[in-house]
Amino acid sequence: MSNIPTDLRYAATHEWVRPEGEGVFTVGISEHAQELLGDMVFVDLPDVGDAVSTGDDVAVAESVKAASDVYTPISGEIIEINESLEDAPEQVNSDPYGDGWLFKIKADDPAEVEGLLDAEGYENSIDED
Amino acid sequence: MSNTTALHAKHLEAGAKMVDFFGWDMPINYGSQIEEHHAVRKDAGMFDVSHMTIVDVTGSQAKDYLRYLLANDVAKLKDKGKALYSGMLNEEGGVVDDLIVYHFDDTNYRLVVNSATREKDMNWLKDKASGFDVTITEKPDFAMIAVQGPNAKEKAATLFSEAQKEAVAGMKPFFGVQAEDLFIATTGYTGEAGYEIMVPADRAAQFWQDLLDAGVQPCGLGARDTLRLEAGMNLYGQDMDDKTSPLAANMAWTITWEPQDRNFVGRQALEAQKAAGTDKLVGLVMTEKGVLRHGQKIRSEAGEGVITSGTFSPTLGHSIALARVPATTGDTVEVEMRKKWVTVSVVKPSFVRNGKSVL
Repeated sequence: MSNIPTDLRYAATHEWVRPEGEGVFTVGISEHAQELLGDMVFVDLPDVGDAVSTGDDVAVAESVKAASDVYTPISGEIIEINESLEDAPEQVNSDPYGDGWLFKIKADDPAEVEGLLDAEGYENSIDED
Repeated sequence: MSNTTALHAKHLEAGAKMVDFFGWDMPINYGSQIEEHHAVRKDAGMFDVSHMTIVDVTGSQAKDYLRYLLANDVAKLKDKGKALYSGMLNEEGGVVDDLIVYHFDDTNYRLVVNSATREKDMNWLKDKASGFDVTITEKPDFAMIAVQGPNAKEKAATLFSEAQKEAVAGMKPFFGVQAEDLFIATTGYTGEAGYEIMVPADRAAQFWQDLLDAGVQPCGLGARDTLRLEAGMNLYGQDMDDKTSPLAANMAWTITWEPQDRNFVGRQALEAQKAAGTDKLVGLVMTEKGVLRHGQKIRSEAGEGVITSGTFSPTLGHSIALARVPATTGDTVEVEMRKKWVTVSVVKPSFVRNGKSVL
C-alpha cells in the first residue's frame, strides 16, 4: 500500500495539496500516481504568473511509460515552480511529497481546498480504480 | 492462470513489479528501470528470458528444412556453435517471427523464438516440416538468463566451472556452446557484450542468486525495451509482424538471395516486394522535451508514416524511435505529439552500441 500522508488534501486525479499559509498551497502528485507512471523523464510545468482554474491541465508528467496530464486541484495564480525538476525529474519518484513537488499556487479562495479529498477519501478512491 | 518461469519466486523476493507479458507473469522492473538500464550500459545486468521458446531441430534433413523455412541461409553456418539471426516468413512475405538459430552440425540446430508467438511458431514449424526428415523438440526444462554489460562476462564467469571457462574462452560474438549443464551463448538484445545462458530449470534460482551475489543487477522488461531500442533492434509485434515485409523492417540484411535456386517460404512474394519497392524503417531522434511513442503519426513531403517503437533513451538523455516511412523520406519528418506537429531528425536505426552514442 502506498504512502498517503494524512496532513495533505487530494484530488481524485492523484494530485496532492499542502497548505503553506496565507492562501498559498504546494501541489504535487501522489506516491500512488508516480508508482503507476514509473520512472519520470520530463516534467513540463506551468509558467509563474499563470492564472489557472480548477481542473485545468497545467503540467505534464512524462515517464518512461506515458505522458500524463496534471490538473490543478484549485483555482488561483501560479507563484512558484519546482525548477530543480528540469534536471532531476526523478525526484517525483523518490520523494513525491517533498523534493518532488511541482508548483505553488496562490488560491483565489483558500476554502476551496476543504472540498478536496482527505487521505482516507483518496485511499478509497484508489481502491475503486 | 498465467505462466511463470523458474525464477518467478526470485522476482517476487526482490520486490519486482510484475506485469502480464503475453500470458507470462514477468518483472517490468525491480524499482527503477532507468537505473537497471544504466547498470547494463556501465556494468552488468541480468534478465530472465526463460519465457522465450527453445526448439531443437534435428534429423538428416535439418539443414534442408531450415534452408526452406528461413529467409536467411543456414548454409552460411560452417563453424560449430555459430548463430544466425533470421526472419521466418509466410507465403505473402510477412514476418511470422524473428529468431536465432544455432548450428551444431548439419543435422542438429537449436532455435530461440519469441514467447509471444510460441503457439503460432510451433504450429508453423511443424506445418512446414512435412516432407522433411526432421524432429522438432521444444525444450521447456531450461531457464534462460541474459547477462549483459561491459562487466557481464567477467561476473558471469565467476559462476563457471573450469571446463565452462575453457569452453567460452575466446568465443566470438554470436556463438553458443554446450558446456556441462549450461548452454552459453555470446548473444543478446542490448547492444552490449555478454551471454545468454540456458540453465536447467531446477538449478535456475540458485544460478540467479549466485549472479546477484556476483554483483549483477536484475533488470526487467522495461529496461530490456529501452536497451534494445537504443541498439536499434526490432521487437516482434511492434516493429514488424506477419503483415510487414522484412524489407520495410530493416531486415533486408537478414535475407540471403543467393543462390537464386534456394526456394524458401515467402521468396516469391519477397522478390515482388523488392521489385515494387517498400517503405523503410528508420531511426528518429528528438532532442527537445517529450517522448516519441508507438503509434504516433508521421508526415513529410515523402508521405505518411508511423512510429513503431518510441521511448526515452536513458543513455542519450532524449527521445528516440523507430518509424516506418516512405522510402524517399529525407532528413527530417514531423511527428504528431499531443495534438502538435513536432519536427524531428531521421537517422539510421541504431543509436547506442557498447555504452556509446553512435549518432
